Amino acid sequence: MTTAAAVGSRKPWRDAAGIDANLLDIENLAVRFELPTETIRAVSGVSLTVAPSETFALVGESGSGKSVSMLSVMGLLPAPPAFVSGSIRLEGREIIGMPARELKRIRGRDVAMVFQEPMSSLNPVHRVGRQIGESLRIHRGFTKAAARRRAIELLDRVGIPSAPSRVDDYPHEFSGGMRQRAMIAMALACEPKLLIADEPTTALDVTVQAQIVDLVREVQDEYRLAVVWITHDLGVVAEIADRVAVMYAGRIAETGSAHAIYRSTRHPYTSGLLRSIPRLDRPVTTRLAEIPGSPLRVAEELRGCPFDARCPLAGEGCSEALPELEDVGADRHGSACIHHHEMSDSSDLWSEGSVTGEQTMSGEGGDVVVSIRGLRVHFPVVRGLRRSGSGVIRAVDGVDLDVRRGRTLGVVGESGCGKTTLGRALVALVRPTEGTIDIEGNPIDHRSGRHRRVVQMIFQDPFSAMNPGMRVGDVIAEPLRIHRLGTPEEIRERVSELLAQVGLPTDAGRRHPHEFSGGQRQRIAVARALAADPEVIVCDEPVSSLDVSVQAQVVNLLADIQAATGMALVFIAHDLAVVRHVSHEVAVMYLGEIVERAPRDQLYREPLHPYTKALLAAVPAPEPGVLDAGTRTRLVGDLPSPEDPPAGCRFHTRCPVAVEGLCSTIEPALTEAAPGRWVSCHLVNPPGQQRP
Amino acid sequence: MTVADSRERAARRTARRRSRIPTLFGLAGGLIVGILVCGAVFAPWLAPYDPTERVARPFLFPSSEHLLGTNDIGQDLLSEMIFGARVSLTIGIVAAAVALLIGTTVGVVAGYYPKRLGSAMMRGVDVILILPFLPLLIVLAAYLGRSLLNTILVIGVLIWAEPARIIRSQVLSLRSREYVLAARSMGAPDRWTILRHIVPRTGLLATGSFVRAVSNAILLEAALSFLGLGDPIQKSWGSTLFWAQSRGAFLTPAWKWWVLPPGLLIMLASLGFALIAFSLEERINPRL
Repeated sequence: MTTAAAVGSRKPWRDAAGIDANLLDIENLAVRFELPTETIRAVSGVSLTVAPSETFALVGESGSGKSVSMLSVMGLLPAPPAFVSGSIRLEGREIIGMPARELKRIRGRDVAMVFQEPMSSLNPVHRVGRQIGESLRIHRGFTKAAARRRAIELLDRVGIPSAPSRVDDYPHEFSGGMRQRAMIAMALACEPKLLIADEPTTALDVTVQAQIVDLVREVQDEYRLAVVWITHDLGVVAEIADRVAVMYAGRIAETGSAHAIYRSTRHPYTSGLLRSIPRLDRPVTTRLAEIPGSPLRVAEELRGCPFDARCPLAGEGCSEALPELEDVGADRHGSACIHHHEMSDSSDLWSEGSVTGEQTMSGEGGDVVVSIRGLRVHFPVVRGLRRSGSGVIRAVDGVDLDVRRGRTLGVVGESGCGKTTLGRALVALVRPTEGTIDIEGNPIDHRSGRHRRVVQMIFQDPFSAMNPGMRVGDVIAEPLRIHRLGTPEEIRERVSELLAQVGLPTDAGRRHPHEFSGGQRQRIAVARALAADPEVIVCDEPVSSLDVSVQAQVVNLLADIQAATGMALVFIAHDLAVVRHVSHEVAVMYLGEIVERAPRDQLYREPLHPYTKALLAAVPAPEPGVLDAGTRTRLVGDLPSPEDPPAGCRFHTRCPVAVEGLCSTIEPALTEAAPGRWVSCHLVNPPGQQRP
Repeated sequence: MTVADSRERAARRTARRRSRIPTLFGLAGGLIVGILVCGAVFAPWLAPYDPTERVARPFLFPSSEHLLGTNDIGQDLLSEMIFGARVSLTIGIVAAAVALLIGTTVGVVAGYYPKRLGSAMMRGVDVILILPFLPLLIVLAAYLGRSLLNTILVIGVLIWAEPARIIRSQVLSLRSREYVLAARSMGAPDRWTILRHIVPRTGLLATGSFVRAVSNAILLEAALSFLGLGDPIQKSWGSTLFWAQSRGAFLTPAWKWWVLPPGLLIMLASLGFALIAFSLEERINPRL
């Protein structure tokens, strides 16, 4: 079914139902958690309505109360510690205070939920088909055989290939995307009226994410389903949402039609969120617009606007009274900002830097700091009782790269493509099976010693990368102490210098990592990486565990530090937009190989490899209607196993333009297609013309 | 509202009750151990007589002068119990410390290098664990001779295997934590990551296994001394039992004041430490 027809068929149905016949009607919802040490007001004063077959996007950062408010719709918040008040009506029936037995009848039948992490919401010891059939047998009294038949139909419907043979698989035999499909099948089993999707694509790769978004859109039309899509990413929901509510600190900051939220934003927080996302359809600026500070956790009853401290419009009256949602436009567009009239469609609250120069030449920049030649990292797979080596995982399989002083090399690819292993090989955490890594002309030595100072790493999750028992000062001083760089007095001075450099107060050194917010922790990690004054910093997904509003802070910090110190960065990420923003040169990895490498702007303007094209097409734009779904190339399926990569071109199994007989037999070499542009694809570099 | 309220209150009550049992056990254990330790520390003031002196006729029945009567050579049994606490508890605690030292070293090394070195070491641990305990203990003690130090060493050498296994499993998980990877990525030598990041974080777990080891060591010490393999000069509760046995007190009415008190004290000391260990483990042990 094409999307245009689908949208057309959906709208009249809703109009016929009438505007008052809301499926879900939440009024003045408040949820507080009474913990032994403190009370957290997770949600307060939230009112919203969801009409039948509408897509409602609930957007907010972690801790904004978006998941908690929807869990209370499911009646899934246990008291204690959670105390829910207000009113939640589902088709006119009050959920709050409903006896547990009645709630059970509603859950799964009228309302279904899809969670973020499909592996942990599927029971690993039961077959997938049985789990899908479970709610049919509970709510509809299906027999075992009938439930199984229906499970096969549902799996087929959500796009699991050869469903009859997969229905008896266990969850671990499914790939991540297939598990999320199975979760959706499970949610659809009883044909619910409302589907609550809690970050359903956050744990998935961008190409798979696009598939799931398409799938939800399709089944929504078919089942006349209302969807509440909870997400932190304004980009994902732009294409599918009818209405959007942006939450901050447990309250709704702005709500309205998707068009109104994205195009005529009337709350500074929404506008900040939209501006701090790096975008593929806009030129790269020197700095990302950043929202200062970090999201608020509400313990006390609020006196004023919760966004006050971070807001550029903050002024008279903001801290005195709690702003209520006011009508600011057509189609129930509301904003909880007393200064909303100061915002117009064109106003610019958040300052970005200027547009940067083109990055088209690859040779420019300083001398080569890191040189990787023919790098292979293979991990043996040990299976079974006899522990015989039954194969190897080819995590990195023949990579050549150079990183220049003062430049950033972006490495992108889906999970399992080997980008993290590549990063770990650079800091000598894993040993190469073959090939060499030279840093400033010296091969990397796996023994410990001061020579290891030259390359440092920033990890994805700053919290788990710091010993929770150590004080921040000791965390930052660790590389200095390991390499004995200076006396205790000098080290102390260097630590306070570093804290200032990353924008943290000097007394931060005496506190523990858990006292800081995610963004601040990543600043600490940056300070630690800088401490030993390295030549290269390897950043492994440094912003993907952070809230959208603080991602920009860390990206800007890294850019500032590179400008100040001239060090080289290797920026490993799955987010193409972030990589575009920070990199000078970009390498795209697929199953352990580099399939395309080019200067940034050339790669993003005119990708040559079909995989790069597909990756770029899968990135959602945070604006409704910018990219029409019909014009996109969607990749089918998931990443093949790196243990047994496909013969010939590794991408040919998913490639939309693969040539039978050529791509499946002959492995393409990474060849220079144009000055500075390296591609490994037979269609770009026909085999006959390849230079050896 | 009222229904919901009462349900909430009930839920809170059960939650509190569930966490209360280990705490109560811990308090009881602490009380027992506290009394015994106090008795041991203040023995010279608490004991009515010097336990090494002959203060009355042998085999006296309990009286107001000698609450537990006297032994075969006329020493006051109550004083012997009080001073015996010093020996029993010292041996228990020091032997457990020896066991913990060996166990932590083995556990950390085997956990940090899990491949060849680690598996070889754990096979050694397995051997220790399957050895018939008491016979080996007797042979070792008899071979090394009867002294306080030997008793401690023999017990310590035999009970380190359990802490070693517990600590190794913790280290196996710690070594792949990201902060350990981070330290290694900075170029830290293994010595650094082990001493800075691994050992400090096994501390809590080690505390739990230490207390449990004390409980075991007290029982083992009593067994050794009862068999006459304890230090002949330092009289512990176990050696009181040995003398009671060899003088036939088990078969006469004297068992009530010569056999029962040391037996009960041994049981109490071991139980006290075991209760503390239980409550500690309830808090410390990682949830699965």
